[in-house]
Amino acid sequence: MHHTLSVLVENSPGVLARVAGLFSRRGFNIESLAVGPTERDDRSRITLRVDCSQHSIGQVVKQLYKLINVLKVNELTADDAIERELMIVRVTAQPADRADLIRLGEVFGARVCDVGPTSLMFECLEHPDKLHAFEEILKPYGVKELVRTGRVALRKSTPERTRSGRMRVLA
Amino acid sequence: MSATNPIPARPDTPRVAVRTGSMTGAEAIIRCLEAEGVDICWGIPGGAILPLYDAWARVEHSVRHILVRHEQGAGHMAQGYARATGKVGVCIGTSGPGATNLVTPVADAFLDSTPLIVITGQVPTHLIGSDAFQEADTTGIFMPITKHSYLITDVRDIPRVFREAFHIARTGRPGPVLVDIPKDLANATFDFSYPEEIDLPGYRPTQTGHPLQVQSAAEAIARARRPVLYVGGGVLNADACTELHAFAEAVGIPVVTTLMAKGAFPDSHPLCLGLPGMHGSKFANWAMNRADLLVTIGARFDDRVTGKLDAFAPGAKVIHMDIDPAEIDKNRKADVPIVGELRQVLPALTVAYLDLRAEDRIASKREWKDQVEEWRFKHPFRYRRVGPLKTQFVMERFRDLLADRDVIWTTGVGQHQMWAAQWLKVEKPRHFITSGGLGTMGFGVPAAIGAQMAYPDKTVINIDGDGCFQMTMQELATAVSYDVPAIHAILNNGWLGMVRQWQQLFHGERYSETLLRNDLPDYVKLAESFGALGLRAETEADVDRVIMEAVESRRPCVIDFRVDHEEKVYPMVPAGAGSSEMIDEPWDNDWVEDGV
Repeated sequence: MHHTLSVLVENSPGVLARVAGLFSRRGFNIESLAVGPTERDDRSRITLRVDCSQHSIGQVVKQLYKLINVLKVNELTADDAIERELMIVRVTAQPADRADLIRLGEVFGARVCDVGPTSLMFECLEHPDKLHAFEEILKPYGVKELVRTGRVALRKSTPERTRSGRMRVLA
Repeated sequence: MSATNPIPARPDTPRVAVRTGSMTGAEAIIRCLEAEGVDICWGIPGGAILPLYDAWARVEHSVRHILVRHEQGAGHMAQGYARATGKVGVCIGTSGPGATNLVTPVADAFLDSTPLIVITGQVPTHLIGSDAFQEADTTGIFMPITKHSYLITDVRDIPRVFREAFHIARTGRPGPVLVDIPKDLANATFDFSYPEEIDLPGYRPTQTGHPLQVQSAAEAIARARRPVLYVGGGVLNADACTELHAFAEAVGIPVVTTLMAKGAFPDSHPLCLGLPGMHGSKFANWAMNRADLLVTIGARFDDRVTGKLDAFAPGAKVIHMDIDPAEIDKNRKADVPIVGELRQVLPALTVAYLDLRAEDRIASKREWKDQVEEWRFKHPFRYRRVGPLKTQFVMERFRDLLADRDVIWTTGVGQHQMWAAQWLKVEKPRHFITSGGLGTMGFGVPAAIGAQMAYPDKTVINIDGDGCFQMTMQELATAVSYDVPAIHAILNNGWLGMVRQWQQLFHGERYSETLLRNDLPDYVKLAESFGALGLRAETEADVDRVIMEAVESRRPCVIDFRVDHEEKVYPMVPAGAGSSEMIDEPWDNDWVEDGV
C-alpha cells in the first residue's frame, strides 16, 4: 500500500538527513522524495511517497512527528490533493518518427525541449500516473535517458467528495 | 470523574541566574550549564574542546568537572547520575575519537530514555568537511541515536541551543541531546544572555491523557476478571511511582515490573510479581499470558518481555499509557491508548476507577488473585546450593545483609544482571540502574560511579560480570582519584556467561570464543594497583565477610566472587519463542502442568 505524505519541516540544517535517516533506520521504504522551499523562508516541504506494506502508515507518521524539526505531517489521497511530477526524457527519434512523437507528446501535454539528429527530448509536468503512461508509450521508440523529480503534492482547498469512492480524480 | 488533575509537569527545572554580557562561546557554555542547574559533569579534554576546558580553569563557576579515563565512562557516569537523580546528566568529549567513544552510552541512553546533554568539540568551522585531524561527522553519527542534535554554526546560537537541548532532553520521553561545537566558535566572543522562552513549534509533548480514554480504561479494568499491571521504565522517567503505588493499591491487582521498572514498585509489596519476560518468573509470565487485560504503564512491549508477539498474552485486551505516541500500536495493538504524563494520567485513572467501585461496578478479581498467588507460592525462583559458589547465593546474601541500608544497585549485562533482577529486592525508585534496551556490557562500573557521585552517602553496589568489568575497568582510576566508594562486585565465572549459556542450549555446546579465564587478570591485585580495596570470595563461607568488609570500608572496592561457570539463568523463554515454551533446570520441571 502506497501513501503520499506531505511533511512541513523547519528549514534547518540536516533536516532532510533526519527524515531520510529515520526511514532507513526504521526500515520504512521511500518510493520517492521531493523537497523544496515553501511560502515561508523558514519552512520546507518534503513530499514522500511511502510503501507501507511492512509498517502501518500511522507508525510512520508518529515517528516523523518525533523529529523536533517536523512541524506537520499530512497524508494526502488522490482525491483531496493535487499531485504533480516533472519528467524529462530523451527518446530515439529518427527523422521519420519525429512528427509522430511530437503529436504523441501533445496528447500528454509534453513539450519538446531539445532536438538532436536522432533524438528528441520532452519535458512533461503531470500526475505521476500519466507520466508513467507517457513513458510506456515512448518505450517502443527507444527511451535513451529519463529522469523524474519525485512527486510533489498539495491539498486542494475544497476537497472533492467522492461518491462511495467511485469517482476518481485524474489530474 | 475529575478530568482536571493538577498537572504535573515534570519540572523544567527552575533556571539559575548567571553572569551575562560579553564572553567567549566556551564561557557561555559553562554559563548555560549553570543556568540549567548542572552541578557536575564528566569528560575528557582534547584539541577541539580545549577552549571549553580553558574556560573551566579561567572563569569562576559552580560546575564540577570529573576527569574520566575513557569517554564511554563519562557517558555512563552521566547516565548513572541521571538515572539515580532524575536530573539531566552532562558529558563532554572532544571531536573525532572523543565523540565516537560516546556513541555507546548515547545509544544506551536513547534506548533507555535517559536525559543526557552530550557536548562535543568539533574542528574549526573552516575545516569542517576537509577530513581534518580528529574530524568526524559527529551530528551525522549521532542522528539516529539521539532525541535531537545540534551543530553550532553561529556563536550567538549557543544560549538558545542549550536552552532547547535541556528542555528536549528532560521533557516528554526523555533522551540524549547532542551539541557539537566547532573550536573557532568556542573561542569567539559575543554578548551572552540566557533565554527564558523556548520556541520549538515542532516539539509539544502531550501532557494530559484524554478523559474519555481514561474513563474507558477504568471501565475495562472494572470489567476485567484477570487484569495485570504491566509497568515499565516510563514510570520512573515520569517520576510517577507514588501515583503508581496509589493506583495499584486502589485496584489491587498483580503488578509486573520490567527490568527497567525494578524499584518503581516495591519488590516486597504483596502485589509485586517482579520481572517478566525472557528470564522472568513463571508467575509473572503466566500472569501476563493468562491475563484478560494488560494495564500497560510506561512500557513498550519489548521483545525481551513479550517473546513471540503473536503468542504474547493472547487473550488480553491492552490499555497502553505512554508519553510517546509512537509506542502506541508499535508492537502490540492497544485497545485503549492513553498518551500523556503518567503523573496526570494515573491519578485520573485512579479516581475514575474508585468512582466505579463506589457504584459497585467492579467484577471480582478474587479468583485470579488467588490463582496468581498460588503460582507465586509454588514456583519461586530456585537454585541448588551444590558444587561451586553460586551467583544466586551471593545475590541473596547482598539482599539480606544490606536489607536495612539504602543501596543503589547498578549492573553490567548478562547472567549476573538477570540474577540481580531476580534475587535482589529493590524497594525504592531509581535504586536499580541497569542497561536494558541496548544491553551494554561495561555499563555497571561507570554507572555506579555516577550514581555514587550523585549520592555520596548512600551505598552503591555494581553487580558486574568479569567480561563486563573488563570493558570499563579503567574507570577505577576515576573512582580512586575522586574517592568514590562504590563497590564493584564481580561475579567472576571466567566466561562470557550468557553467551556461553546460549551456546550450551542452542549451539550444541560449542563454546566458541567465550572463555575468559577467572584468574586473568587477578582482580584483587588489579584493584590494589589502582589503589582500591581488592577482596575475594571463593566459597559460601567467604561471602558475608567480604560484603561487610567492602561496605564498611567506604573505599573504592572490587570483590572477586569466584562463581560456578556451569550455572545457567532459569527460567528462560528462548528468543523468539512464546512463554509457553519456557525452559528450566531438569530438576525444576515439575511445573509444566501449571504452565500456560
